[in-house]
Amino acid sequence: MACESWSAKLDAYVDGELSPSESKALAAHLQECTSCAAYALGLVQMKRSIAAAGKRYQPGAEFREKIQKTIGRKRQRGGSWYWKIVAIPAALVLILSVAVNLYVDRENARRDRVYSELTDLHVATLASATPVDVVSTDRHTVKPWFQGKIPFSFNLPELQGTDFTLVGGRVTYLAQSPGAHLIYRLRQHEISVFIFQDRGDGTAASAPISMLSFTVESWTKNGLRYFVVGDVGAKDIESLSKLLRDAG
Amino acid sequence: MEVPDQRVSAATFEELALPLFEQLYNFAHWLAQDASEAEDLVQETYAKALRSFSGFQLGTNFRAWTFRILRNTFLTSRTGLKSAAVSDDEVETIASTAPDPETVLLERAAREMVRQALTELPVPFREILLLCEVEEMSYEEIAQVLTIPIGTVMSRLYRARKALRALMVERSKGAPHGV
Repeated sequence: MACESWSAKLDAYVDGELSPSESKALAAHLQECTSCAAYALGLVQMKRSIAAAGKRYQPGAEFREKIQKTIGRKRQRGGSWYWKIVAIPAALVLILSVAVNLYVDRENARRDRVYSELTDLHVATLASATPVDVVSTDRHTVKPWFQGKIPFSFNLPELQGTDFTLVGGRVTYLAQSPGAHLIYRLRQHEISVFIFQDRGDGTAASAPISMLSFTVESWTKNGLRYFVVGDVGAKDIESLSKLLRDAG
Repeated sequence: MEVPDQRVSAATFEELALPLFEQLYNFAHWLAQDASEAEDLVQETYAKALRSFSGFQLGTNFRAWTFRILRNTFLTSRTGLKSAAVSDDEVETIASTAPDPETVLLERAAREMVRQALTELPVPFREILLLCEVEEMSYEEIAQVLTIPIGTVMSRLYRARKALRALMVERSKGAPHGV
């Protein structure tokens, strides 16, 4: 059970009824006290399930009409044009902006999911005893190795005169579709390059973004989707991306 | 705003009252546990509200005012009078015999189970939970609807949650486990 001194306030806290200073103090307490935190979590869950379960009964269409007739004023009276001109476009804008925000949120969530999966792949591969199945610094060895193993072909850049070296490659999977996983080295850092078929349902291309100290860049070219993942800075990720883009 | 003439008043009333229609109906149905009784309640609420709308001061909380009318209408109805037969002592007993919360159970609880538990709760608990969680009213608004002090809102809400938890824990214990 929650601590004596705070338990009385936990309900008001989750209901948003505490003053800002009390709320802040209680939030700090929750950081330290497991039993209060568990109790508060339970309350929040209960609030949510009541809110969902409580929206239960819908009035029938006939009854709705009856009420509208009872209390509604006559339609199409002077003054109603105002609503058509001002309110309807405003409502449309509102609906659109909500829809756009929802869409953007969903897209961002999907992108974050894909990126974090790729980051996991990158880390898991490097941690394995045999990170690559074809070990070669020669792109003319690595590229043909993938033939027959994945359902597409790609070009790799010439690295002479750059700081990057090719380590090798392996077949990988993302969302049940096979792809190429190439590993490059830059100074002491490994960088993963993932190439998949672009199925159009994937994520939008993006400039380098940071996730958990990894940088990820992505683009599509000639029906292929590229992801570059590494713990180096955005600038290095960008220059490797540029080499790949120019080659592909 | 000046005292509105009859026409403006009707227009304003519709603008304020119609958007509450679905919420009022849902609340009425939860209280009465019957569709046709709920319709009667909503209709009577609107009629009463319209009649006394001139006494309603713009700027005060219209939603709380309307819900209060609905609730009072319910309490004086046949079903309402029966439901009010639960004394405060009984309500207290249900709450205080409640075992500790098992938050995991609550999380997993199906919506149907919550609904069932809400239905079984005494009206004073059911209504305060609905006002707080479904209508998302502030304590201040709830106090206006139920015509009780804010302190009572807080303690009743606390007891209502405890009672609901107890009902759900009891039900999930009764349910068969595993295969």
